[in-house]
Amino acid sequence: MKKTYKMENLDCANCAAKMENAIGKIDGVNECSISFMAQKMTLDADETKFDDILDSAQKAVKKVDRGCKIIR
Amino acid sequence: MTKSQKIDIGKICISAVLYIIGFITGNLWFFIAAYAVAGYETIFESVMGVVHLQLLDENFLMTIASIGAIYCGEYPEAVAVMLFYQVGEFFENYAVNNSRKSIADLMNIKADFANKLIGGEEVRVEPEELVTGDIILIRPGERIPVDGIVTEGSSSLDTAALTGESVPRDVEAGNEIISGTINLTGVLKVRVTKPYEDSTVAKVLDLVENAGSRKAHVEKFITKFAHYYTPIVVGAAVILAIVPPIILGWSQFNDWLYRAMIFLVISCPCALVISVPLSLFAGVGSASRQGILVKGSNYLEALAKVDTFAFDKTGTLTTGRFAVTSILPEAGLSEEDFLRMAASCESLSNHPIAASIAACFAARSKESAADSACAPSDEVTDYEEISGKGIKCIYNGKQVYFGNARLMSDVGASYKEPSATGSVVYGADDSGYLGCIVVADQIRENCAKTLAELKTLGVKREIMLTGDRKEIAASIASEAGVTDVLAELLPEQKVEALENVLAPSDGGQEKTGHLVFVGDGINDAPVLARADVGIAMGAFGSDAAVEAADVVIMTDDISRLTAVMKIAKKTMRICKQNVVFALGVKFAVLILGAIGLATMWEAVFADVGVAMIAILNSMRALKL
Repeated sequence: MKKTYKMENLDCANCAAKMENAIGKIDGVNECSISFMAQKMTLDADETKFDDILDSAQKAVKKVDRGCKIIR
Repeated sequence: MTKSQKIDIGKICISAVLYIIGFITGNLWFFIAAYAVAGYETIFESVMGVVHLQLLDENFLMTIASIGAIYCGEYPEAVAVMLFYQVGEFFENYAVNNSRKSIADLMNIKADFANKLIGGEEVRVEPEELVTGDIILIRPGERIPVDGIVTEGSSSLDTAALTGESVPRDVEAGNEIISGTINLTGVLKVRVTKPYEDSTVAKVLDLVENAGSRKAHVEKFITKFAHYYTPIVVGAAVILAIVPPIILGWSQFNDWLYRAMIFLVISCPCALVISVPLSLFAGVGSASRQGILVKGSNYLEALAKVDTFAFDKTGTLTTGRFAVTSILPEAGLSEEDFLRMAASCESLSNHPIAASIAACFAARSKESAADSACAPSDEVTDYEEISGKGIKCIYNGKQVYFGNARLMSDVGASYKEPSATGSVVYGADDSGYLGCIVVADQIRENCAKTLAELKTLGVKREIMLTGDRKEIAASIASEAGVTDVLAELLPEQKVEALENVLAPSDGGQEKTGHLVFVGDGINDAPVLARADVGIAMGAFGSDAAVEAADVVIMTDDISRLTAVMKIAKKTMRICKQNVVFALGVKFAVLILGAIGLATMWEAVFADVGVAMIAILNSMRALKL
């Protein structure tokens, strides 16, 4: 399942790259693409585990940049 | 400017003033104060970063670098690192927000409200609340909220935001209008044909917003590079701080620590990681402003490398609208009478060729001010369509036939093939052949010019694909300037034919450039799939085209192909310039720093200065 989310306070391009990397490693994620310019995240992941994956993604985001979050 | 941006500017100014005073008076405390004002937030963030185990955080690295400089006794340089780091951050932030806002303004095409007519009463509603069949009122100055058909009124529409066309488009009752355009002169009553989420505005916004998620190769390269670059440079810094002192003696430690700090300052690849997405984003935005929707920055990258164009003929190189080019009646029959006969009979047919004959007659009648404005169909009875061949009917009491050569053979009329190329409608009655009318598809106005321009932009082959007869194809081809013609193709043969032309059987050149296919999208799915970039033209109303294509040109103007090629090439050139420049300077300073020929000042330039220059360069892409 592929879904797109807006992100808040994504101001550092390097952070976006780190988040993309970290989320890509979460179990069940097929692909994650974060557009730093558009402040959007596209997540392609296993439908059955989607909510859990989104929780893990949110944690990964916070770890890289405390002020940033995914708008669900 | 936002509040936090104002605070940042304040911080920078105060710190800079303290710094300058420090230089003038030589008093250490001013330097310390300047450092504290510039760096308090960074130091705080780096402590938080360590707690969360984000050790390779920019903040942490900058803090360590400046502390290292302090330890070495280089106080002015320590402050410089912190102060200029803040300047760099501010600038990056400002530039990114500026670009985002500029693109958002471009895309300010959604109407804020719609005036729905319920039983004659006007009710203001959100565009999303409208359903197919609703009647809405659009006043001059208002933006069209959803796609629809004009039921009453006439006006001019400003389509610039969607198509980039500066000339307004006139509309009247019966015309389709698309959302996102601005009503200029008259009041329009419109029947909604598509709800908001299916309307053009929603689709365009969706496309542009999501263009950033399809990444170009250069973007992926930068991300991967940055991932390895920082740890490697930091690792090198650690080695540089420890190994040489071990070998050459600890008295030299300060010297090597200083060089290691230079490495830390340059360890952040921000310049690259920001400037590349920024220029691609700006390039896509610039294209949108000209009515060209690029679905992903990867397509912009592909377009820059294109060397082969394939075109569908009808509707792309030609207008797709037939027009009568010659009327050739047999001796004894005048042109007007023959045309009138043909127009009367064909007026009952839905075929586009029939429509063009009727249109020709109508135009001529207007010119000569004849009393009948259009072909009266009451002289025609017993109308019958013969599929694949033409029509037959009774005209003024006589049985007549209009159609192709096959129909003529069937009725035994000895027709004469005209020398003009085009589709031919022959006419006959029971006494024999009457004449023919040649109808041709018009080549687009700036077609030849565009194809020539594309060749100057590096396109080596221009291939035309069509299902039409070879003669018609050849004549259009020579007028347009295409290099290869593939005619008489059935839809399913198009891909194979294209493959054969691309890969010559002598096993010739390997494919270097990319292939673009330009079409109207209908029935073109296999070819669009085969192409590296599929471009659909004139997207007013063709959902299939918008779905299948990678780039959508919102108008029928074929010269937009040149525009998008230029934008693609310039954008990619800016990206390459930035990559070469940023990497070049960074590596140069790293090497100079390692051997002791560079100071912190050069390091600060290699980080902040390079980032600012790269970002400024990227913003050039906004103005393409």
